[in-house]
Amino acid sequence: MKDNPFSLWVYLSQSPLLWLTVTLLVYATTDAVSLATRRHPLANPVLHAMWIIGAFLLATGTSYTTYFAGAQFVHFLLGPATVALAVPLYENRRRVVSSIVPMLVALVAGSVTAVVSAALLAEFAGLPRDVVLSLAPKSVTAGVAMGIAESLHADPSLAAVAVILTGIMGAIIVTPLMNRTGVTDFRARGFAAGLAAHGIGTARAFQVDEIAGVFSGIAMSLNALLTSFLVPLVVTLLVR
Amino acid sequence: MLASLSLILLCQLIGEAVVRGLGLPLPGPVLGLLLLLILLLARDRFALLARGPLRNDGVETASKGLLAHLSLLFVPAGVGVVQELDLLASHGIAIILVLALSVVLTLLATALTFRLVSRLLKQQDAR
Repeated sequence: MKDNPFSLWVYLSQSPLLWLTVTLLVYATTDAVSLATRRHPLANPVLHAMWIIGAFLLATGTSYTTYFAGAQFVHFLLGPATVALAVPLYENRRRVVSSIVPMLVALVAGSVTAVVSAALLAEFAGLPRDVVLSLAPKSVTAGVAMGIAESLHADPSLAAVAVILTGIMGAIIVTPLMNRTGVTDFRARGFAAGLAAHGIGTARAFQVDEIAGVFSGIAMSLNALLTSFLVPLVVTLLVR
Repeated sequence: MLASLSLILLCQLIGEAVVRGLGLPLPGPVLGLLLLLILLLARDRFALLARGPLRNDGVETASKGLLAHLSLLFVPAGVGVVQELDLLASHGIAIILVLALSVVLTLLATALTFRLVSRLLKQQDAR
């Protein structure tokens, strides 16, 4: 050890333990700040953990592959957490069943708006065709969006980036936007958050209100399904 | 706790297997969600099922534990985006503007449609 003061760092920086610890510590801090600001939209814990860890990796010259070896244990829990959404859904099933009609109509309106607005705005901005196709599925979870992008011969990595950016922006903007437009119904607010901003929107919704979280989870699941059918259709109709 | 976590993983596993097997266009965990929901509903109907993790709020407690820090689970993927920001190099500002505008439109369209339809239904009920 004494011969090379860096050998400890070299050892630790290659081990999953360090990066898992960093992920948890940074998130614990950003989450504490978020709580201290009473869940202010701009204090979004994912956003701040993301750039702080990103800057740390850059500063230490650590590759994402090395980081992910540790962070994968957290990432893995996304699947089980999605399954776990069944429980709040089950506990609030009466509210959900009684809202089935507004949910389905809002699902179609929202899903079409998400795909069509992304495709048209991207075309209007003069973006190249493969970028337009990669942005179109941006409101669904990363896995589904990447699958859609791949099937259209677009860029799956760009699709994943668009998904995360959309999620963060949606989670930040949803509360002030709904307050300004006077939508006070937490079913509608949550449903919109999950539809537009998938899991990151759902995480935000659960921070604000349980009912919002439940409806957000439903919107996220249903939108994944509808968007898979919608994107290829919209692309054929609207994209040159 | 262990049995509850196993049940959640089992639901996801079956979900993934069915989605892959049939080539369904939805994430495996979403099918797993549906499966767990059906199990919970079936338990209320058939006392036979109310055992192990489906008893005494077992799977309920484990699920709430998982969901308590849902935001945390997006951090590793989010860090990946920071690493791939060079993908945005050539059209960065245009892409961010498109996404921001589209997410606002989507939020508005969804929430306002939801509110409109639920108000219309309420009026109909009142009549």
